[in-house]
Amino acid sequence: MTLSLDAVQPGKVGRVKDITGGMGVRLRLEQMGIHPGDVIHVKRKGVLRGPILIEMNGVEVALGRGIASRILVEV
Amino acid sequence: MKIALVGQPNCGKSTIFNHIASYKAVTSNFPGTTVSFTESKVSIYGDLCICVDLPGTYSLVSRDLAEITARNYLISEEVDAIVNVVDASILERGLELTIQLLELKKPLILCLNMIDEARRKGIFIDKEKLSEILGIPVVETVAVKGEGMNELFREIRRTYKEKLVGKVPQYGPTIEKAIKQLTEEIKLNGIREPYVSKRFLALRILEEDPYFLKKFPVDGLIKLKEKISETIKKESGQRPPLAISSERHAMSLNIFEDVAEVKTPKPDFRDRLDDVLMHPIWGYVFLLLIMYGFFQIVFKFGGYLEGPLIDVFNNLINQLKSSYGSQTLLTKLVEGVIQGFSGGIAIVLPYLVPFLLGLSLLEDLGYLPRIAYLTDAFMHKIGLHGKSVIPFILGYGCNVPAVMATRILETKRERIISATLSVLVPCSARSTIIFGLIAFYVGPTAALGIYVLNIFVIAVAGRIMSKLMPEEAPGLMLEVPAYRLPSLKVLLLKTWFRLREFIYVAWPILIVGSMVLSLIEYAHWDILINNLLYPLTYVLSLPKQVGVTLIFGILRKELSLIMLMQALGTPHLNQVLTHLQMMTFTIFVVFYIPCAATIGVLWKEIGRKWTLFSIGFTTGLALVLALLVKYIWILAASL
Repeated sequence: MTLSLDAVQPGKVGRVKDITGGMGVRLRLEQMGIHPGDVIHVKRKGVLRGPILIEMNGVEVALGRGIASRILVEV
Repeated sequence: MKIALVGQPNCGKSTIFNHIASYKAVTSNFPGTTVSFTESKVSIYGDLCICVDLPGTYSLVSRDLAEITARNYLISEEVDAIVNVVDASILERGLELTIQLLELKKPLILCLNMIDEARRKGIFIDKEKLSEILGIPVVETVAVKGEGMNELFREIRRTYKEKLVGKVPQYGPTIEKAIKQLTEEIKLNGIREPYVSKRFLALRILEEDPYFLKKFPVDGLIKLKEKISETIKKESGQRPPLAISSERHAMSLNIFEDVAEVKTPKPDFRDRLDDVLMHPIWGYVFLLLIMYGFFQIVFKFGGYLEGPLIDVFNNLINQLKSSYGSQTLLTKLVEGVIQGFSGGIAIVLPYLVPFLLGLSLLEDLGYLPRIAYLTDAFMHKIGLHGKSVIPFILGYGCNVPAVMATRILETKRERIISATLSVLVPCSARSTIIFGLIAFYVGPTAALGIYVLNIFVIAVAGRIMSKLMPEEAPGLMLEVPAYRLPSLKVLLLKTWFRLREFIYVAWPILIVGSMVLSLIEYAHWDILINNLLYPLTYVLSLPKQVGVTLIFGILRKELSLIMLMQALGTPHLNQVLTHLQMMTFTIFVVFYIPCAATIGVLWKEIGRKWTLFSIGFTTGLALVLALLVKYIWILAASL
């Protein structure tokens, strides 16, 4: 099942299928270590639509919901 | 010889820099003169070196301002050797930057920092093999413990002497062909950039680096780039910037798999720490507790020392007056010096030292990104996102680094709003006034009230500004590093580097300022200044003599308080000021015009227009708030 990252429940693991949106955002995410094909672990979600904390390849990154919604994940 | 330290954010670069800077330091480094990076002169095995600590950068294709500064420094200056610091526990990502640095063909050393952390995560790196693949020396370090530093120094020297520039990495045939075509075109058009190769330029153009595209608006080049881009897009399905980024990622992964052995990680209690500190409820409880505890400690420690120290200097002044008469020029001058000196010892340092130490500790532990995570949702309410909280927190130390830290933000709009708001944050100088005057005389609750009012005002101002400058914020993208226990040495060094600014720059100004004020008083010029400022002091119901202190406050905020004692002629301010006057004075000083150093850095970072706006805005705000507090206080007292 393909979901956008902000819809994935904390504790779940998924594989990045695609990153939609502008090239700037895509490049920045790749620089921080998020690439299509990577396995992402959603660790926690902030309250009041706060950010999502994910972990991949040993790096933890906090993403705002807007950005998380552009990452499509296969769970 | 000039050495540059380059690395991705949070790789421990600055810790290594502090080690180098404290290692046989010839002269000390001077933060603030070059806004964005720190330089230090050191002697390594007898060679005089200038070592530069550049802002963390993920890539040489730069996006935010801090990264552009780092990249442009690397390519524009004659850098003799580059130390690429990598967090060994995330080597595969770090190597992507290393691959780009190899393109610069400058002597390069790879420093695998936090190697202990990597081993604990179960990552074992064969450094000989890595060195062989990259063609450059590889050194393992644990910077916080100072491990591997001597080897690093030795290898820096060897790399420079033997000009070890490494092997230029090769991309796939499509990209390599494109690079070749662009290199030819660059040659043909006679485009040159000192210190960097044409291949490097070709890659940057192909990766659509905004800086270089703007710098070389050559028709032929752009057309060729567009044509090549189309071909690459057809072949790989991606535009060149993404295609190249993917290839680099693949290259680093290959290297990583060649040199690293990954075993099961040891369990780590720190994982469970975040279950509490980033918890939807407990996270905020602990955030408040930590902040409360932090300010309590600063207040307790400072308050414990302030009273007795002031008495010592006060006795000295009284003795002076009784021996030499209170109105002679000599007495006035010496009194000025003593008051400037005691202001530093008794009022500023007792609060500043624990404050800076605590701030460095929170920073080095890695707590600040957690605060950004926790506050992101709230920052959205004022039109910013969680990353902006970092300038604000730094602002409690000093507004100058706070304004500089807005460089980590992606858009100009966010930088302007965050910079304008962060100068409202009471810096440690203003905190000394809040602590030394309000907490000391009026009470800790009133002091806390000022901080709360301040946060409230910043939130409202932020909301208004973001409404006036509507634009979609791109949202939070922030790495949250693992907690790290900093060594005492690193903490003390960091605190010292920050403290030094006060001791070497501000304190002498304080002493001289205090003397000048004595002279002004002796010559009765203060009457003129006080008369000019009388409308202001009148509406605020402050003693007329306060006027002159407000002028000094623009130079350095803490001067206002110290000058206040000088102007009112006593360190026991409760004998000459009512609690209400203390409150209005402090509120005004906390909010009004940023200090000279902050104005300077604002001008540089957000331009003249916004700096002037900030000056007018803060002064107007200060007046309104001081009046509000005054009338509310009077109203409350009459009830």
